[in-house]
Amino acid sequence: MNDKTLSAAEIADLRSLAGMIVPPSAKYGVPSADDDMIVADIVASLGRDTDHVRAALATLRTLAGGPFAELDAERRNDVAVKLRAEGGAPVRVLTRIVLLCYYRDDRVMLSLGLELRPPFPKGHTVEQGDWSLLDPVRARKPFWRPVS
Amino acid sequence: MKDKVDVLIIGSGASGAAVAWSLAETKMRILCLEQGDWMKQSDYPTNGRDYEARVFSDYATSPNVRQRASDYPINDDDSPIKVVNFNAVGGSTVMYTAHYPRMHPSDFKVRSLDGVADDWPIDYATLDPFFAENDRMTGVSGLAGDPAYPAHSPPMPPLPLGKSGAKIGKTMNGLGWHWWPSDSAVATTEYDGRSPCINLGHCTPACAQGAKASTDITYWPHAIRAGVELRTNCRVREIVTGPDGMATGVIYYDADGKEQFQPAEVVILAANGVGTARLLLNSASARFPNGLANSSGLVGKNLMFHPWAQVAGYVDEPMDGHRGPPLCLWSQEFYETDRARGFLRGFNFQFVRTIGVATEAVNAEANGLLPWGEGHHDTFRGMVGHRMQVGICTEDLPEEHNRVTLDPVLKDSHGIPAPKIDYTIGENTSRMLDFAIDRGRVILTAAGARNIHETRPVLYGGWHLLGTARMGNDPARSVVNSWGRTHDVKNLFIVDGSIFVTSGGVNPTSTIQALALYIADSIKQRLATLFD
Repeated sequence: MNDKTLSAAEIADLRSLAGMIVPPSAKYGVPSADDDMIVADIVASLGRDTDHVRAALATLRTLAGGPFAELDAERRNDVAVKLRAEGGAPVRVLTRIVLLCYYRDDRVMLSLGLELRPPFPKGHTVEQGDWSLLDPVRARKPFWRPVS
Repeated sequence: MKDKVDVLIIGSGASGAAVAWSLAETKMRILCLEQGDWMKQSDYPTNGRDYEARVFSDYATSPNVRQRASDYPINDDDSPIKVVNFNAVGGSTVMYTAHYPRMHPSDFKVRSLDGVADDWPIDYATLDPFFAENDRMTGVSGLAGDPAYPAHSPPMPPLPLGKSGAKIGKTMNGLGWHWWPSDSAVATTEYDGRSPCINLGHCTPACAQGAKASTDITYWPHAIRAGVELRTNCRVREIVTGPDGMATGVIYYDADGKEQFQPAEVVILAANGVGTARLLLNSASARFPNGLANSSGLVGKNLMFHPWAQVAGYVDEPMDGHRGPPLCLWSQEFYETDRARGFLRGFNFQFVRTIGVATEAVNAEANGLLPWGEGHHDTFRGMVGHRMQVGICTEDLPEEHNRVTLDPVLKDSHGIPAPKIDYTIGENTSRMLDFAIDRGRVILTAAGARNIHETRPVLYGGWHLLGTARMGNDPARSVVNSWGRTHDVKNLFIVDGSIFVTSGGVNPTSTIQALALYIADSIKQRLATLFD
């Protein structure tokens, strides 16, 4: 461990919290954010936000009175609710990273009907639309304010 | 010592590029110093699957978050709106949304029309030919015939309406309110060697397609071919003056961090409303103890931001989601003054259609709309691809207490004092925001949106950096004259947004660039008597 990587205990708590933020869904066929691949992406993506995430996890551990991951489900839920309400900027950063990584996972993207590719170079199609909608506005007289 | 140049431009962004290109025809020796480097389209975020995450790291809008080597820190702790910019060849046009409205005729005569602030010493008619020239050089898409504006004809057809634009148009027609396709600095056809937009959906943090008109791919190729030298990774520390009070050149740090002196006959500042004020204040000397060109005491004062708000919600119909440029339409129904509204001046509605999937999740969660745990997935699937959003750009009136100064402690990587921002949102603007947000809610309600919510002000919304070296005929009440020359130093010019007298209620880049072309033209017309 160094100042840019999390300890095993921190990762365990992060995994547990991520799973509470985004649970699995059989209905949509998507994993939880505590999935191994997603957690690996989260941990690898902390970068400049590592200090914030570490601070959020420290708050989590304080609220839990010990390792968050080892709490029973009911107690974990109570602590997570409190963390979300009181955790401030570090928790917002942690949550943002969890969501950014979750919503680029292949399984999640496919479930949303999206292609597994970056926007460039294929781009996307946007239809021209019905420009006759503009006719009532075209019919308006100029209404910019004259200055003389 | 470096060879003396005829014209030295500081900054290669919107205004620096325009003035460099225009002056190139004089065949003078022109040099531009840029603190950043050339960007590569192959490095831009939309080349990768992590494109949304990079908005929070190396493509963050705030230099304090982004912290590239080219960035300088800004102390904006005492402002509810944080400064956002980009430092590279092309400046903040690399990282803007390319919404490209002109200011209106009334924006130049605010004192005469509404009894507040000051009139500009020039008017819309003065700038009209330069707006047109800039539209041609930039490559603007749009549609002629907007009743909210004097006649003008963008050179390319507008961005597509798409699902979102059609929904907005129907809604606005139902309300009887104005809407129109935005003038956008986005190519919709092949244009000047640039490829047309392919709807990447992520315009602001740089365009991998090259359809967005950043000046590194619009003005600069032409200016360089015409003989202008652009020297990158060169951060200017101060402008130096001689015994006669004229500028003699600048001191800068080169790419190796070595201090250099670059002599010049004429110095042109194009470093934006924060960077220019910072440089002038940092160029204090025995002759100019309060900063250069600051006999009025107004350098750094009257900072205007355009306090920004957003109103958003979710409709049942599918919208464009992550596809298409965020831009599509504006409404200027409430742009001109109507005193019955309880405030003076007005605002522009900028409809925004595009948001990435992950960004939707992040924003919705941050707004308390997306639950943790049970209900997360059902809720999100009702949001993603269903967003309807309107941005609100309010006119910000000049107030001297809103200002840029030099931070007494914070410095950049070269040891140059960083700018400090002190800013509060004015009473008039606050009332305008109340009204505008209410009208935004009316639009979304009429569209049948649910979970309507607002952001006020947008925290990282300080794109438009205006007013800190204002233009005017009275040297006691302004920093530059009616053609951009500083009153105090007759070979020092300013061409960026700092010379705005008032802000208007629209994004300023089009007007900034038209002003830069106008000032360049004024210089060319006066070459024989430039320093009289």
